Amino acid sequence: MQLTQKHQEYWGKNLRITGILLFVWFFFTFVTGWFSRELNEFTFLGPLGFYFAAQGSLIIYVLIIGFYAKYMNKLDVEYGVHEGEDD
Amino acid sequence: MSQVSQAQFYANLKKYYSFYTGGFIAFVVIVGILEQMGVPNKILGYCFLFATILLYAGIGFMSKTAEVSEYYVAGRRVPALFNGMATGADWMSAASFIGMAGTLYLAGFDGLAFVMGWTGGYCLVALFLAPYLRKFGQFTIPDFLGARYGGHIPRLIGVIAAIVCSFTYVIAQIYGVGLITSRFTGLEFGVGVFVGLAGILVCSFLGGMKAVTWTQVAQYIILIFAYLIPVVWLSAKNTGVPIPQIVAYTTALPAVTALEKQFNDKTTPKGAAEESVRAIFRARAADADAKLKGLEAGGAKFLEEEKAKLSAKVAELKAAPAPDVKAIEAAEKAVKEFPADPAKAKTAWTAAKGAAAAKAGNIAAHAEPFAAKDDVERAKKKKNFLALIACLMIGTAALPHILMRYYTTPSVKEARISVTWSLFFIFLLYFTAPALGILAKQEVYTNLVGSSFAQLPAWVQNWAAVDKTLMSITDINKDGIVQLAEITIGGDLIVLATPEIAGLPYVISGLVAAGGLAAALSTADGLLLTIANALSHDLYYKMIDPNAPTVRRLAVSKGLLLVVAVLAAYVTSLKPGDILFLVGAAFSLAASGFFPALVCGVFWKRANKLGAILGMLSGLGLCAYYMYMTYPFFGVKAPLWWDIAPISAGTFGIPAGFLGVIIGSLISPAPSKEVQDLVDHVRYPNLEGDIDSVGR
Repeated sequence: MQLTQKHQEYWGKNLRITGILLFVWFFFTFVTGWFSRELNEFTFLGPLGFYFAAQGSLIIYVLIIGFYAKYMNKLDVEYGVHEGEDD
Repeated sequence: MSQVSQAQFYANLKKYYSFYTGGFIAFVVIVGILEQMGVPNKILGYCFLFATILLYAGIGFMSKTAEVSEYYVAGRRVPALFNGMATGADWMSAASFIGMAGTLYLAGFDGLAFVMGWTGGYCLVALFLAPYLRKFGQFTIPDFLGARYGGHIPRLIGVIAAIVCSFTYVIAQIYGVGLITSRFTGLEFGVGVFVGLAGILVCSFLGGMKAVTWTQVAQYIILIFAYLIPVVWLSAKNTGVPIPQIVAYTTALPAVTALEKQFNDKTTPKGAAEESVRAIFRARAADADAKLKGLEAGGAKFLEEEKAKLSAKVAELKAAPAPDVKAIEAAEKAVKEFPADPAKAKTAWTAAKGAAAAKAGNIAAHAEPFAAKDDVERAKKKKNFLALIACLMIGTAALPHILMRYYTTPSVKEARISVTWSLFFIFLLYFTAPALGILAKQEVYTNLVGSSFAQLPAWVQNWAAVDKTLMSITDINKDGIVQLAEITIGGDLIVLATPEIAGLPYVISGLVAAGGLAAALSTADGLLLTIANALSHDLYYKMIDPNAPTVRRLAVSKGLLLVVAVLAAYVTSLKPGDILFLVGAAFSLAASGFFPALVCGVFWKRANKLGAILGMLSGLGLCAYYMYMTYPFFGVKAPLWWDIAPISAGTFGIPAGFLGVIIGSLISPAPSKEVQDLVDHVRYPNLEGDIDSVGR
């Protein structure tokens, strides 16, 4: 099985989106977590630091996964590596 | 079910489960009517317990199968939406359902590590594992390790790691089952464990993963209704808005914060009342401390003197002109319960000192992160908060019973969508729990504190009568008014008592119990199946007898399922240690053992057999070593590394695992062409001239 240039490109794009989303995940977990006390000075539905840990970060997690699924399922079709319709 | 097309199958499922949901609502309504007609609560409790267990058994029976791929991976035709629900039920355990809101009530901000850790891990599942494991498409997680790294050793280590973390976790679940059945039906704890176990077995025994999947979908529907209804009601009752996830932060939290300030300010009437109770606790703590110091200096002799003093007090009371019967009883009880030897005295007095000291100071603000007395302590708390989140998240992405669920979708595409649904369904409960914690706190701070001991709310009286560890309330300063420091609440109370706090009829309490039972049973199902499959598929079929016929493979699997279940129930009935630590330990162990080898297996072609072996062994080894050295239960009590608590042992185990994989791989030759082809195979959902790895 020989991978074409196109295949390499697909995998490269996959790694890029994985990296970007991983950064978003990291930011809304550990960066907001680290600065919770400082964020609590601001208010959005209660103190902001508390809000992120209780609800905001969770919403972002759902969005991250939803976006990844949509993006990759489209990328599969674009690069012709998608599966047949009826399995 | 006959072989219909996937689209038709999906449409049918939606129809079945809509009927099911309607039927379940009708059932709740009927039980509600029975209650109004005067049927006693105990009967209603039995109704819920047996109706739901019968229902699960029914689904299990209808899904019985003799086909290998149906037994292990539900025939690989579970649509994304339903796999999401099944994963949700698989994931949310008794600890999440009953314990989480209470943990948040008690710990405030710092408890949110569990909320974040148990949801954010799905990002790692989605980005690093689920689609690739689905493409690989075998039956178990050790299967992947075996195929990717070659040979029996990686597979065997995988089997051992899967069994260790799943078994630790399943004990916590069966414990939850026993607790709920005994509380709502009055059966004994041990009997409750085995009744629950029967419920688990009828469903997984006949139909394996297929039955477990369809039961878990049914269980998810029950548990999410049971969790949301009381909270929405409570929110509507207290604030007038039925959206707890918003009003808890806009209305309840500011009210709670304002009251916290008053309780901590001695110049306000509420603060002064609190202070009078705290002064008593401070005196108690000092008393216990003095006794401990005396014990240190005088040893057994001091103990005898103390006991003699107590006995003298009894004699003195009895000799008084007008003997006070209650005082005599209390004094006699003190003599009777006096610790027998210095070791017991030390334990008892240390506990007494800790309990009193905890009530002697100011209360922490609910929304304040890392509340502590100085910056050094705060830094420690912050570090542990983040470390625990990291361990729980990576552990999520490494627990075999969760990863296994993504083998069951029809395609890679559906696997990706399915992770989204999974987290969405989990999120529904997890973003409600912090709101419930705050609403319950508001209720206690405004309606319970300041009320008179002569007229306690009904729910307080009920629960204080049922279980002192859940609700205990004593008039410490004898002023007839409830102060916050006079209330002791056990975490599990919050979810269990919410229906009563909200003024809902008993039928909703029954529903909550059914929901808790569904949460515990579904997780236990998934875990037991994982253990039995690791033994029967990986150990027996792949390593001992690869020529075993299908019938024998399934028979071995079912036999092992029984053995493991009974063993787990037996261990549970011994009531071992701290449930939260068991759960945390399972996550740290899974994270350290599996995550590095699994992720490198997909993302680093150069990773090879020696790397995987070294990585898994060093990760698991270091994690277990740190827990053994630092967790008080084992008695070594070595100093902590960088103040990291034993529950977060994965903080060291995970990096060790990655280092092991990297070093081991680099000092030995690159994997064969065949293995590298397998990596390409899992990376692309569809490749021309591809190999076929799907197990049938």
